[in-house]
Amino acid sequence: MKNRTARRISAFLSNFIIIVLGVGMLYPVVWLIAASFKESNTIFSDPGLIPKSFTLQNYIQGWKGIGIIGFGTFFKNSFIICTLCVIANVIFCSLTAYAFARLRFAGKNFWFAVMMVTLMLPSHVTTIPRYIIFRSFGWIDTFLPLVVPKFFATDAFFIFLLVQFMRSLPKELDESAMIDGCGKFGIYTRIVMPLTTPALITTVLFTFLWTWDDFFNQLLYLNSPSKYTVPMGLRLFVDSSGMSSWGPMFAMSVLSLVPCFILFFSLQKYFVQGIITTGIKG
Amino acid sequence: MNRKARKKAIRENLSSYAFLVPWLLGFFIFTLYPMIYSLYLSFTDFNMLQPPKWIGLRNYFVMFVGNDQFPRDERFLNSLFVTFRFVFISVPLKLVFALAVAMLMNQRLRLIPFYRTLYYIPTLLGGSVAIAVLWRRLFAGDGVLNAILSGVFNVNNPPAWISNPKYALYTLILLSVWQFGSPMIIFLAGLKQIPQEYYEAASVDGAGKTRQFFAITLPSLSPIIFFNLIMQMISAFQSFTQAYIVSGGQGGPLDSTMFYSLYLYLKGFAFSEMGYASAMAWVLLVIIAALTALAFKGSGSLVSYGSGE
Repeated sequence: MKNRTARRISAFLSNFIIIVLGVGMLYPVVWLIAASFKESNTIFSDPGLIPKSFTLQNYIQGWKGIGIIGFGTFFKNSFIICTLCVIANVIFCSLTAYAFARLRFAGKNFWFAVMMVTLMLPSHVTTIPRYIIFRSFGWIDTFLPLVVPKFFATDAFFIFLLVQFMRSLPKELDESAMIDGCGKFGIYTRIVMPLTTPALITTVLFTFLWTWDDFFNQLLYLNSPSKYTVPMGLRLFVDSSGMSSWGPMFAMSVLSLVPCFILFFSLQKYFVQGIITTGIKG
Repeated sequence: MNRKARKKAIRENLSSYAFLVPWLLGFFIFTLYPMIYSLYLSFTDFNMLQPPKWIGLRNYFVMFVGNDQFPRDERFLNSLFVTFRFVFISVPLKLVFALAVAMLMNQRLRLIPFYRTLYYIPTLLGGSVAIAVLWRRLFAGDGVLNAILSGVFNVNNPPAWISNPKYALYTLILLSVWQFGSPMIIFLAGLKQIPQEYYEAASVDGAGKTRQFFAITLPSLSPIIFFNLIMQMISAFQSFTQAYIVSGGQGGPLDSTMFYSLYLYLKGFAFSEMGYASAMAWVLLVIIAALTALAFKGSGSLVSYGSGE
């Protein structure tokens, strides 16, 4: 009896601490959302969360962007790049993972070790030569440097994630399919891929998020505003920061986070699973 | 028969390698070749306009030693120092915080999935330019934090956090620690794996909560902690976006937020010193490799992987 009361008190205390801490942590995000609906001149004089005067003006003005290019273009560009990267990673990382997880061939351990080393490699070592190579192809100020490498399974993280998952599938499936006359490619498309769906969804999610936020490469390769992505568009606001542009900048910041929110809340389960099976990054 | 078998084995191998072709091509074109190329460039003076000029070890010499003719690059050493400080403060803090919250949540509370979601939101959003922009405003001299400090707590003249070289780096550390969601989720999963009987046996033997934490929880989690430590360190060394946006692309004030990546970017792409930037990339590679090796070696005595039941 005494034990039960003690446990209840401890649960109540934990709930309380978790909630207070959580509110504190989320305050900046909530403030950002509130600020995007405040009138520009009241944003900083009003630290409260409920706007005294509610306005959509920031969104209307922000959407027009700076100069002649509107935010619609930036969103379109970001979506094009993200979609291509997602498709490439799903196909080519899974193909590679299938070979490492399910097939037998000479030198497999060696190549797997190489793949794991590339996982830890700091990207800076390849940044400059890649830039020089892409420049010699005439690919600067196009989406190609951001997208093409993904078609060669360069994101080792997702190979690792998919290998971990595919290894857990029962081996007998492949064997019985083989007896029924199914080739390696058939096993990949008809058996392994459908069963790997949860890990593939995790791949889609994280590829999208990281590509959406990949400011460094976009900064490096995209020069003209018509090619800019959402993060690059936001930077334009920072550069031309006058008091009057804070409101529109916050409004567009909020919009830029919306796709991440939607993905996260609709597919939460896969986020958690992906983080736990690999335990890396994020 | 023997020949037939060998032929079959070769065919078997080839058909497996077919699946690996895209990755192998990618590895050679986008990883191995660029690595060798950048190692070569690190021994040259290269500005993208003239062909690379071989200068031996001079880039490395300028970074660490220097003389009258080629003075030492103090900004480089400063960026190294700033980055080390950032990594060694932010990563341990982040992991301690993640573990503390995970332990708080490791009870039979009904709302755990909801809390987990709530606490992951900063990690979900933290890497974006939007949040970096927000951070810049939160901690500016006339920003939100100071509005609260002077308005609610009556603090006189609070410092301009972002533009004060004493505090600027700490705003970035705070931003990094704020994103503790991933290690927290991993720790929570790890805590659930520890058999409850261990704790029961320990409390029968009269071990208090603190004792239980150091004798059971920490050793059981040690492989996970160690893994997270390495991975968080590797990614912290490469941080770029936040420092770039918060400091307006210059690493200021007074180079106090000049992260290694940011300085490498400026050297390579703003000052067109591609050879020097390549040398910097290789120094970073060596540092990360050395720290990882050190962590692995240290883990031998500190990490317990269980008795392999």
